[in-house]
This record gives sequence, structure tokens and C-alpha cells, in this order.
Amino acid sequence: MASTKGQSACSRQELLAFYHDVLLIRRFEEQCNALFLQGKIPSTLHLYIGQEAVAVGVCAALRPDDYVLGTHRPHGHAIAKGVSSRSIMAELFGKVTGCCKAKGGSMHVGDMSVGMFPAIAIVGANAPIATGAALSAKMRGSGQVVVAFFGEGGSNEGAVHEAMNMAAIWQLPVLFVCENNLYGASTPVSQITAIQNVADRAAAYGMPGVIVDGNDVVAVRDAARQAVERARAGEGPTLIECKTYRFCGHSRSDACGYRTREEEAEWRDKDPVTRLKLALGGQADTSNDDDVARVEAEVEAILEDAIRFADESPEPAPEDALLHVFWEDK
Amino acid sequence: MALMTIAEALREGIREEMRRDPTVFCLGEDIGISGGFGGAFTVTLGLSDEFGHDRILDTPISEIGIAGVAIGAAMTGMRPIADVQYGDFLFCMMDQLANQAAKMTYMSGGTVKVPLVMRAPVGSTRRGSQHAQSLEAFFTHIPGLKVLAPSTAYDAKGLLKSAVRDENPVLIFEHKLLYGSKGGRSEKGALSPIGEVPDEDYTVPIGKGAIRRAGKDVTIVGKLMTVYRALEAAEILAAEGIEAEVIDPRTLVPLDKELILDSVRKTGRLVVVEEDNLTHGWGAEIAAIVAEEAFFYLDAPIKRVASLDTPPPFAPPMEAYYLPSIERIVTAVRAQF
Repeated sequence: MASTKGQSACSRQELLAFYHDVLLIRRFEEQCNALFLQGKIPSTLHLYIGQEAVAVGVCAALRPDDYVLGTHRPHGHAIAKGVSSRSIMAELFGKVTGCCKAKGGSMHVGDMSVGMFPAIAIVGANAPIATGAALSAKMRGSGQVVVAFFGEGGSNEGAVHEAMNMAAIWQLPVLFVCENNLYGASTPVSQITAIQNVADRAAAYGMPGVIVDGNDVVAVRDAARQAVERARAGEGPTLIECKTYRFCGHSRSDACGYRTREEEAEWRDKDPVTRLKLALGGQADTSNDDDVARVEAEVEAILEDAIRFADESPEPAPEDALLHVFWEDK
Repeated sequence: MALMTIAEALREGIREEMRRDPTVFCLGEDIGISGGFGGAFTVTLGLSDEFGHDRILDTPISEIGIAGVAIGAAMTGMRPIADVQYGDFLFCMMDQLANQAAKMTYMSGGTVKVPLVMRAPVGSTRRGSQHAQSLEAFFTHIPGLKVLAPSTAYDAKGLLKSAVRDENPVLIFEHKLLYGSKGGRSEKGALSPIGEVPDEDYTVPIGKGAIRRAGKDVTIVGKLMTVYRALEAAEILAAEGIEAEVIDPRTLVPLDKELILDSVRKTGRLVVVEEDNLTHGWGAEIAAIVAEEAFFYLDAPIKRVASLDTPPPFAPPMEAYYLPSIERIVTAVRAQF
């Protein structure tokens, strides 16, 4: 697993685009962590560091009008689907210019204009909603595909079971993407699931189950592409299990006392960002390649702009809390 | 004008909305199976003959899934009408209703809408504790849901149409003893009111209550079945010289507060009658509104008449004891004079 090599050939341009998106998520999350410590972000954070290749690989297989439903750890999903860094950062700051006008916060970032549902922070609850969006796509004949992300922890929610069964009986265009990062908060997957692979459950619903190296963006993209082709052809849903790892704690307050430093180091060796950089001919710790350096500078510029935008944006008026309870409350 | 039961009126309302708007569809358990029942209380009977099984969509027994699918479809351009076989099953889908449907518009900063309708039968009908509850108070407590409770055929059709055209999640509670379901799905002890329903398109506005009987001495507020119990009680009271005004809010959220307050300002007395159990209930909320906003018009303490604070019992004598009877309403009113 030392190099990034999916099943298909990947041009340097594609790899650079992947590197851009994966690095943007990584650096966005690192900045969020720092901004939290500076007191700029008032909420806790569930950071996506380590899992970036999943969101980027899956979204690379999608059309702009396809839908993505994220989780309580949604910044990566939102960035990969094309929500602007400015509007996500402003949302995290609790500013009116945020993608949810400061009503959502970290766990609900989204922007339907780019196909990103407001993220759903109740574990597994996004899966039946994804099935509904896929039913809608089929009924409207829009050709859209829907993705529901969830973790191996979420895979044990009844909502996910109901959603997969309904998607399978109606042959709906939906991808159920399980990001198996080995821990549901502190609980190891071996303690809550009797089988080795979540993807094995696909057989029980009558859909294909695919296991992929979730730290390999090209492999993820290839698996997603196949599933998307099936979905658009009317052949129904696919369950894709991406084996991955979150490098940081479950939330800001988690020091990871439940896992070993050795295990963390093993996964650090499979860092999706480093792997892409090496595949591009760069070196892990320097930007000695012109293209790589250019992408890195672009990413830093986006983030600098996003943070300034969020910082300078106004806070909502307290009484804005009364708006949007119902659609007509504008 | 045609004479219809509530089940027929709902069915015609659904039919007209589905003809008018191709994005409207129904989903639920046993709603369209050929040779089946047309839903537990026949509301969707025959609709799959006209609209096919793609638009009258039979689902697995998966209440979380039904709610979630309705939400996902509603957020992406469709207008689903979800059928909950028994209102009690709403508890199975509570997260989807309370955390997802009700909050999606709010937590997205008003950027997404969830125009779904969910229909749920309530009322105690000799089915024991898990197919008999009146659940309105749970759902009127959730900001972001609209909650309707039609008690006549005219309102059932008109409110259903308003619900389908609304841009928010709308929950419609329907009483099992008011449907007028026929054949094998008819209910023992049902009232099955039949009412006139216009042939032409009409809606009943969400948020407007109705005065079912005018009176000057006491205001009785009921909903669904207890509107009819209150009307019967009013006849008994009239023979004693007490003229009761009976109010049917029809819409629980948003509530036509002014209609109730105006009535109490006139009569000086309030009795709230509901089939939910008493404590922390919907009736308590109505009583609180009147106490806060019309206290100095009251000539007697507000009374609540409700089901007992027990689960719905099965055996008919216990069930009758548990429910808010006409006698209990009459007694509550008499105690105010």
C-alpha cells in the first residue's frame, strides 16, 4: 500500500487535482483545529484528517448535480462536493455568511446548490434520506446519483438497514459508502460487529459489496465510478466499504487513549496526502516539485482567504434565531 | 356537492392533488397492493388502479425508511404523502420526524424545504395499548412541524390539499372512528360522520379553526373525536339552560389562538377535551394560553377532560372508563357554574 495505484491509469493532471482536494481538506481541518484553540470556532469539531481520500475519491466520480449526504464529520464531504471553503469556515465561526447562515454549525454544513445536503449528525439517519433522494431522482428521470456516507459505527443503525433494503428492492441510484475508520468514537469495530467486513452485508440486501483501500484516492474513485455507472444504468445501489483511519480524536476533547501509538504510526505510513505527493514525484516533507508547490500555494491561499472572510463576516443578530422554523419565515 | 365519509374525502383529495401535480405520490405499508386494503383504513383504496404502483408505492414494514424516504424525496423536488398505518408507529420514526424533517429548513438557514405530508390514524378502538394512542401532544411540541386534525369530510379534503401544497412537513392526524371505513375495515362504535364536499377544487387554510356550535355560557375546545363528544355534551347542557360554544381548532400547529380567546372572552369559561392522556398534554397548553392571555375574562377555573394517565386499556369497560366520555364533559361544565 506504499503507492497510490487504482485499477485505472491516472494522468498527472488528475493526480494533481486529487492532491489539491485532499490537501485542501487536510489543511482546512488543521486550520480548524488551530482556530478552535484560538477561540475562533465556538463548537467542538469532528475532524476528517486521515480520511480525505474517501470523500475526494467518491466525489470525483460524481456529476455536479449528484447529491451527497454527509455525517457529523462532514467538512471533507462538503469540500469534496464543491461547497466553498469560505462558506464552510464562516459557518464554523457562527457567522451570517456561513453556508447555513450560522444556524447549522460544524455538524450540519451543506449547500444544496452544489448537491451537498445539510449534513446529518444523527448517526445513520442520512441513509434513508439518501434512499428518498434516489427515489426522487428515479421518479423525475433526472439521472442523478446519491451518495450516503456513514461510518462502521453507523452501519449498525437500523436506519441504514431499512435504507439499504428499500434502495435494493426499488433498484435506486444510490451509493452507500461506509468509511470504516475502525473506531466508533472510542469503541473498536471488533467489539460491535461480528464480521470482518461491513461490505459483506451487501449480499443480505441483494446488492454488490466492494472493499477498497480508503487511503488510496484513485482506488476509491475507481470503485465509486463503477458503482455510479451501475446506478445511472438503473442497476441499483452499491455498498462500498473504504478501510481507513482518522488520525485525530473522535472530537476535539478526545486524546485517543483507547488505541495504541503503534497502530496510529502504522496508519500514518498510509497517509493519503503523503501517498499522493510521492506519486506525483514529490518528497514527503518538501515541495521540490513545481506542480506540487503550486498546488500547495493555491491551497494555502484559499484557506487564508476563507479564514479572513469568516473572521471579517458579521455575527447574526440574536433574534435571527426566530427565522427559518418554517419555510415561509424569511 | 357530494356526500362523503372522511376516508372518501381524503381519497378524493389525494386523487385530485396527484392529477394536478405529477410530483405528488403516496408511500406506505399496504396502501396499493392489488386485492389489498388500500391502507389500514381504506383511504388509498383503488388509487393504484389510476396512478399505478410507482406513485402509490408499497413499502416494506420500515417506518424509519418510510419517513426518511419521504424527507429525501421532498428535499429534491417531490411531494410525498406518507401513510403511517397506525399513529403509534410514529414512535418508530421519531428521529426522522423530530430531528430530520422538523429541523432541516432551520438548520440549513432556510435554504432547503421539506414539503412532505404524513398521515397518521389515532384513537382508542379496542386494539389495546399499541394501536390506540392519541399522539398529538408529542408532535405539537416539535418546532418545525405543522400538525392538522380534521374532524369533518370537508376539512379532511381541504386540509389535505393545503398540506400537499405547503412547503413544510405537515402531519395530519385522523381518527379511526371518524373515517367511515367500510366493509372488512369498518370499525365497531364508529361515528363515521358523512359531510358535504364540493366537487370543485377548494382548500381549507392551515391555521384557521371553526366554531362547531355557537353558545354564550361556556367554551368547549375539542379536536377530532372529542369535537363530537363535546357537541353531544352541549345538547345535554342546553336542556339545562347552559349554552356551550364548541370550537374545533382543526389545525393544532399553527393554532388559531384568537378564535379560542375571543370565545372565552365572550363566555368566561373554558373546558378543553382531548383523547390524549391528561398530564403535560395539549389541553394543558390551551389552558395555559387562555390563563396567560384571557385570565381576567374567566369566571371559573379552567377544566381539562382527557384520557386517564394510563396506557390505553383493552377491555371495553376499561377503555370506556379511560376515554373522555360525554358524561365527564357535562360534569366538568356543570362544575363551572
